[in-house]
Parts: sequence; C-alpha cells; structure tokens
Amino acid sequence: MAGPLTDRTAIVGIGQTAFAKGLPDSELSLACQAVSAALDDAAIAPGEVDGLAMFSMEDGREVDVARNLGLGDITFFSEVGYGGGAGCGVVGHAAMAVATGQCNVAVAWRARKRAAKGSRPWAQVSRRITGHWQWSRPFGVIRPVDEIAMLTRRYMHEFGATREHLANVAVAFRKHANRNPAATMHDKPLTREQYMDARWISEPLCLFDNCLETDGALAAVIVSADRAKDLPHPPAYVHSFAQSIPQQHQVMTNYFNDDPLIGPSYACAARLWAQSDFRPKDVPVAQIYDAFSPLIPLSLEGYGFCQRGEGAAFTDDGALEWPDGRLPTNTSGGGMSEAYVHGFNLVLEGVRQMRGTSTSQVDGAETCLVTSGEGVPTSALLLRK
Amino acid sequence: MEADFLLPDAEDPDAAEFWAGCARGELLVQTCKSCGLRRMPPRPMCPRCLSLEFRWDPTSGRGTIWSFIVPHPPLLPAYQELAPYNAIVVALEEDPTLRFVGNLVETPDGAINEIDPATIQIGDPVRVVFHRVEDVVLPRWVHA
Repeated sequence: MAGPLTDRTAIVGIGQTAFAKGLPDSELSLACQAVSAALDDAAIAPGEVDGLAMFSMEDGREVDVARNLGLGDITFFSEVGYGGGAGCGVVGHAAMAVATGQCNVAVAWRARKRAAKGSRPWAQVSRRITGHWQWSRPFGVIRPVDEIAMLTRRYMHEFGATREHLANVAVAFRKHANRNPAATMHDKPLTREQYMDARWISEPLCLFDNCLETDGALAAVIVSADRAKDLPHPPAYVHSFAQSIPQQHQVMTNYFNDDPLIGPSYACAARLWAQSDFRPKDVPVAQIYDAFSPLIPLSLEGYGFCQRGEGAAFTDDGALEWPDGRLPTNTSGGGMSEAYVHGFNLVLEGVRQMRGTSTSQVDGAETCLVTSGEGVPTSALLLRK
Repeated sequence: MEADFLLPDAEDPDAAEFWAGCARGELLVQTCKSCGLRRMPPRPMCPRCLSLEFRWDPTSGRGTIWSFIVPHPPLLPAYQELAPYNAIVVALEEDPTLRFVGNLVETPDGAINEIDPATIQIGDPVRVVFHRVEDVVLPRWVHA
C-alpha cells in the first residue's frame, strides 16, 4: 500500500569524486566537487538549489557548501546522525522536504576522509569514557569491528552461521567491484582461500569482513516527480522511505535488551514496506549497508528476504552475486570493495540500477532496496524506475 | 601495562553508584523504586513507569558467557600490547537480559590475555571479581 511520499520525488542527479586512500583535497572540497558533479548530471544550476540534507558528522557544513557552490536561498536544511545509519536518511529528508513544498531542489551528500590511520574515530577517543560507551570500552571493546564481532559470535551460536557464509558476502561484493572501474578494489580479486587465510581483526571477524577505509564524496539531487520528467536521466523515484530507532536500542553495543539480534532493520523495514506497493519478493537487486559482512545476513532477515536466522544460509549458492544470484547485492562492490563513504555509495548504485547504467546491471530491475547502517539508528529507501 | 586503559568517568551521576559498588566488591544493578524494573546500563528514568526514583540492588555476581570476541591489532597502544585478549558479554544468572561487558581472567588481577581464547565458550558459567586500575575498580569475570 502506497504512502503519502510514494513516488512523489526522484533522484535525478548523482555525482562522485575519485575514491582513494589519501586524496589531497579537503573534505569540504570533496563535498563541493561531488555536489557540483551531481548538479551537472541533473542539468540543474546551483542557484536553483534551495534544500540541503547532510550527515550531522559533517558538523555544520551546509553553509560552506552553499557559499562555495553559489547555491540559492536555502529554505530547508536537515542533518541526520549516527554515521552509517544516515545515508538513506538524508535522501529521505530531502525527499520529504521537496514533497511538502519546503524546497524545490534538494541536495544530499556525504564527504569523508577516512583513509589515513590517524583518522580512525576509535583511535581518537578520550581516556575517560562517559555515557553508554563506559559499559564496553574499558574492557577493550573499542572499535566498531569489536562491537559487531560480539553480536556476530552470538549470531553464529544461535543460528549456525559460519565463516563460509561471511566469505560468501566478501567474495560476492569483490566480484562486483572487479567489474566497476570506480571501485577501490577494481583490480584486486578475492578468493575464498584468501578470505579464510586472512589475519584476524576481532575474532570471529577477519580483515575481509571489514569495510574499506576511503577518502571520497558522493552527492544526489532530489526534485519533484513532475520536474524529474523533464531532466536528462531516467528518474529514480523515491518509492518508500523509513528510519528507525527500535525500542531499547543501544548504538553499536546493542547487548542490553531482550533480543539483541533483532536490529534496527526490523522496525525500519516494517515502516518501509507498509508504505510500498512492493514486497521483498518483488525486489530483484539490493544495496545493503556493509561496514561488516555479518550485517548482510542480519539485514536480509530484518528486511524480510528470509526468516530470522536464515540470513546466513540465504547467501549460499552465489545468491548475492550478479548476474544469476537470487538477490544480486552491492552491485558496485559496496563498502567492503568499492568505497566506504558511510554507505552513500550504495544510494548512488541504487540510482544506477534504476537508470540501467550499473556495471553489474540487473536486467529489467524495476526496484532496488538501499539500506543504511545496521547496528545503529538507521534508514532505508526503496527506489523504483 | 594497564596505564593507558580507557576508564569510566566514575563521576557520571547516572552511574557513579555502580562504580562505587565495584570499589566495595559488589556488582550492583539499578532498580526502579516504583515498579521494581532492573535496568542495565543505568539511566535516570525507568522506561516502564517513568519514575526517577531508583535504588542499587546487589546481584548474585554469577552468570554465563553470552558472547565473546578476541581483538587483534590495530588497537590503542595499551590494548595492542595485550592482544590478542578476550572480551565477553555476561548474562546474569537471575535475569539473562541483564548483561555486562567484561574480560575473562584466571585471577582477579590477572592480565586480560592470560586465558587461552580457544578455551572460551558461550554458555560457560562465570562469577564476578574486581580489579583496580588507577582510581576505578572494574568488574571482570572468572570461570565459576
């Protein structure tokens, strides 16, 4: 069943910088370059932009982006928190603002310089820990990979998931990256043997269960469905959008409620599908947030592609691989093999699937699911052609 | 070797009593004075009855390992020195939805890497012990 936002707006422009370990440009410069490229792609002048949505981690950058790009009078601006949970959130906020007349041309983006070792957020924490992190960090559960590894071990124990399942994820996404010239890992194949022999980062997770560390930026332009019809590219309509902070959720260290393996995706999915004409079985391609490989089975369950506990087995038999898998997933390589820009590259790949321009294009795909961080307050989009 | 461990801010008004309990050798759990709901981590308001009144009840200090990890480098220097070490989540015996993150050790003041990670299993029974680092006393766990 459709909702009030259904197909009212569309993503009509996308732009991105190079992805690399160590770009000379500042994060602000990268943001401006990506937004500029997205506006060019949409054939919309910067002076027409009157709405902005960005990750709160960019800390008040709206003004700088507007001043650099010569944007018009901004009448809507919004920030979404929780890092990787925000990717679909900023697009959804922009879509709601356009649909409700708060602005006409909205831009959403993410720029990030995370490739340098010193830029790792966990390496910059202060010694005295306040808030909820005081219940985990003093015990050496410090990095995001440690926090998710704790849930992964439990998931393996409860449902029989194995490293073979996680290897299915890593190998599938690398194959897609090998087809995508923009991907950081375009020239680097990954075999199952390499995965199994990789060094541990936080057992039970190894190096290849982790996303990349990337410098780069991406942006998307959102306008009304009416306006979209007159622009150069086929619109990627925002069919449905949702966010969620589930009951008694704790960011990353979600160990303190009745059932920690029911992550934020469940509540997000309930809202997303309730406002959609489609069901999971109708969706032929997905871009699922992959800061860590176990987030894929957890999200497959949460978004209803399989039953609870079946997400790991779902990945067998090349299910996530283009072109023959039952659900080709992260067809640009995702955060694990294209670039880790807090999942915003997943949004752009969703748009390319709707345009028919992905390097791993799913023939005849009418819809694409895009999700943001599992394990944090999250968001999701269902795009349609 | 633990000189640069991350430590809780034991002055945090929502949690100070928990850390004070640890310093006395007690594992406490915040309990709503109005409806009796026990909650971990501590917070100012009861999510069931919205009362701001709470007390700190002693627990059995016994539980089972709910999950565990074995971190490897790259880590903060103080932890990298000890890696690979273990970190565990313990589900409390009297209410398995009350959980605590900690480390499994052989002895209360042992290093967090003194147990062979291959011997750790989900479901293992454990009991709390306490260990001082600077001005803070941390709960940790030994096999029961």
